[in-house]
Amino acid sequence: MLAKIAKQASRPAHRTSRRGFLAASAAATGGLVVGFRSSGISARAPAADAAVVSPFDAYLTIGTDGRVTVLSSQFEMGQGAYHGLATLVAEELDAAWDEVHVEGRAGNVALYGNPAWGGAVQGTGGSTSIAGGFLRYRRAGAAARALLVAAAADRWGVPAEEITVEAGVLRHGSARRAGFGELAARAATMPVPAEPKLKSAADWQLIGADDLRRNDSMAKATGREVFTIDLDLPGMLTAVMIHPPRFGATVASFDATDAKTMPGVVDVVSTPRGVAVVAEHLWAALQGRDAVIVRWDESAAETRGSVRILDDYRALAVAAPGAVARADGDVEATLADADRVVEAMYTFPFLAHAALEPLNAVARMNADGTLEVWGGHQTPDAYQLISAQIAEIDPSRVTLHVMKTGGSFGRRAVADGDVVAEAVMVAKAMGFTHPVKVQWTRENDMRGGRYRPAYVHRLRAALDAAGDIVAWDHHVVGQSILRGTPFEAMLVRNGVDLTSVEGANTLPYAIPNLRVGLTTTDVRVPVLWWRAVGSTHTAFATECFLDEVADALGRDPLELRLALLAAHPRHAAVLRLAAEKAGWGEARAEGRYLGLAVHESFNSFVAQVAEVSVAGGDVRVHRVVVAVDCGIVVNPDTVRAQMEGGVGFGLGSVLQEELTLTDGAVDQANYDTYGPLRIDQMPEVEVHIVQSSEAPTGVGEPGVPPIGPAVANAVHAATGRRVRTLPLRSGLA
Amino acid sequence: MAINLTLNGAPTTIDAPADMPLLWALRDVAGLKGTKYGCGIAQCGACTVQLDGFAVRSCQLPVGDLEGASVTTIEGADGRIAETVQAVWAALDVPQCGYCQSGQVMAAIALLEENPQPSDADIDGALWGNLCRCATYQRIRAGVHEAARRLEA
Repeated sequence: MLAKIAKQASRPAHRTSRRGFLAASAAATGGLVVGFRSSGISARAPAADAAVVSPFDAYLTIGTDGRVTVLSSQFEMGQGAYHGLATLVAEELDAAWDEVHVEGRAGNVALYGNPAWGGAVQGTGGSTSIAGGFLRYRRAGAAARALLVAAAADRWGVPAEEITVEAGVLRHGSARRAGFGELAARAATMPVPAEPKLKSAADWQLIGADDLRRNDSMAKATGREVFTIDLDLPGMLTAVMIHPPRFGATVASFDATDAKTMPGVVDVVSTPRGVAVVAEHLWAALQGRDAVIVRWDESAAETRGSVRILDDYRALAVAAPGAVARADGDVEATLADADRVVEAMYTFPFLAHAALEPLNAVARMNADGTLEVWGGHQTPDAYQLISAQIAEIDPSRVTLHVMKTGGSFGRRAVADGDVVAEAVMVAKAMGFTHPVKVQWTRENDMRGGRYRPAYVHRLRAALDAAGDIVAWDHHVVGQSILRGTPFEAMLVRNGVDLTSVEGANTLPYAIPNLRVGLTTTDVRVPVLWWRAVGSTHTAFATECFLDEVADALGRDPLELRLALLAAHPRHAAVLRLAAEKAGWGEARAEGRYLGLAVHESFNSFVAQVAEVSVAGGDVRVHRVVVAVDCGIVVNPDTVRAQMEGGVGFGLGSVLQEELTLTDGAVDQANYDTYGPLRIDQMPEVEVHIVQSSEAPTGVGEPGVPPIGPAVANAVHAATGRRVRTLPLRSGLA
Repeated sequence: MAINLTLNGAPTTIDAPADMPLLWALRDVAGLKGTKYGCGIAQCGACTVQLDGFAVRSCQLPVGDLEGASVTTIEGADGRIAETVQAVWAALDVPQCGYCQSGQVMAAIALLEENPQPSDADIDGALWGNLCRCATYQRIRAGVHEAARRLEA
């Protein structure tokens, strides 16, 4: 695999990106060019076709003070993407770690298109930041280092080969020495190397180092980190939204007579997404909001409750699937002839992202007709286009400022722009007289839709007399995340939304007859990717059902899995490792039980063993042993942090998170009724990382999927009861 | 109305409606943005500050009730305990997104001021009200223990 990476390295990265860029812009705009025409990039763009892009024009800057700023294509929502990219640059650049900082960039897909997605779009998702940035940012660091060395050689009149670089300092013998800052200006004038030489893995000092700390931890521990909610531009107004109470409803009319008389309230305006109360500050907007009377047109609104929706799904789950995602052998015939058939149905609720920073964005139209938008831009190309369309200006006149956000978990990647669109809409409704921050309340956020879809899964397995699984039939029923979005053409094939079945259609177990079916439902609750996407439910269904089958066959869950994973050594290796470290099969303390699960998501392999006790209906998870194989590890401590966080994030949903609707209206509004995990529920998480020279993959999401089935399987070990409905709070009731 | 209080050790007058929660008075009137809004109903702890030495949720305190009070926010957290907690938070890379961490740090400081050697159960009890959606809880616990260890040394 390293050879494959080296091969990719020899191909100029910008060529693929540029093709993708042109294709994407033509498709998305029908002729409009999604350009980036400010600050000198445009002047260099034609040259970029003939020569390699200077790293200083794209991926990093070096100040005269020696400060290195990595310009990140990837958005930071807590997962550590900035830390990872900074590590890659600093490694090849031989920079002083404390001098390395990171800023987000957007608006130039030719430079920042995600290589893991073919370069056609910029975006952060699918745990791709390190996979996509691994080559790009090492090359940028290596090129910048070569330019600094060339500048030093030029200044000192010595051969470049005799110059050494260490911790931000260039040296020639003991006589000559210069910091990055002294040479930065001269380095920018040197010819850019077409093929900067990358270090071999044996020479890495930062990649894989365990003692490298994130450069933003102190700012976050001291309250100095600036989030979108903290922005306070001169003259800025703050708007609070009144959204429809049911999805699909629109504003019929509103009366803001009283609200407009309230102190601090500037105006109340209607937008295609609801009514906005615009005020001098947030408290005034909240007061004003309570005085606005809105009449809604609910003729097109979803009026079903979640109980009814899930009942409908269960009826669909026992019928033939609407589409087939995978078909090996003959499942129907094998099931019909089987000695024994095991069957189970699993039910998954809607889930909210519930990131701690409620959604927000800031829009400012400048006097020169350019628009600036601040926010959590997880899919910036789309946001740039949408902002331009709303403002009725050319996309090249929109600048996105990429803020770090207080979580996201997928919530800030919305095809229609969501809160970003609202900020521009409200600013526009105000005549673009002021910068406007749209700040959702927690209630807006909880009731704003874009949930992890609810699903029902039905599984059947045919068992033969020899104790083997001869057929596996898996039917997924639920909404499509991608239908109706620009991603539909790319990721929906033959009626199968891959995000609905991922993790089910890639089942690794050796079963000769296997079918994965999908029935996509029509529900007007807006849905979205939620950390680990399809695997949040497919892993639960497949790994719990496999335990049910093991039980029916009288086989040990670990032994059965390993027997079926002969062709999948990376799955088997993490499973063995987690089981060994957790003491699978050994005697346990009184009242403690183990459950295990293994799942591949986003090209990473994670096994987890959960140790639980059950008292009454109360499930306590004491310890979780995680084994992860994510290829080459850039930041081991980030891998651990994401596994710890993935377990905690997933465990909240397993134990107690559930978003319900009554007559189409969301029942939960805040953290009192929708409860992420709290500290007293956090188990001890022990992470073991497989050493690997495979290409690096991601860790932001893959820690989430196995925790549910590991816990549910442990609950069965403890109680003899199967958990087939999540959350456990409902499933054990 | 004008409310006179001690804010981060300095006599301060805040001119705000009496019913404005301290959270918004801090953020939008005093310009101290380190204290965060997460829920507005005392369920998440992101807005935790110290009021006369106790950790409280600033979203629930009308600023008009704070005449003569002493309020410390994350910007004003100083002294040996605060600095130790913050140094440990950085040393262990506790934060992920970091949005809740002002509140976590303020709650951890208040805990250590009252209980220099807290157990896991003490930590869980004191920080139960501080949500972290990134679930950095394991490192928060480790961070409090490590801060306690350094403070004892």
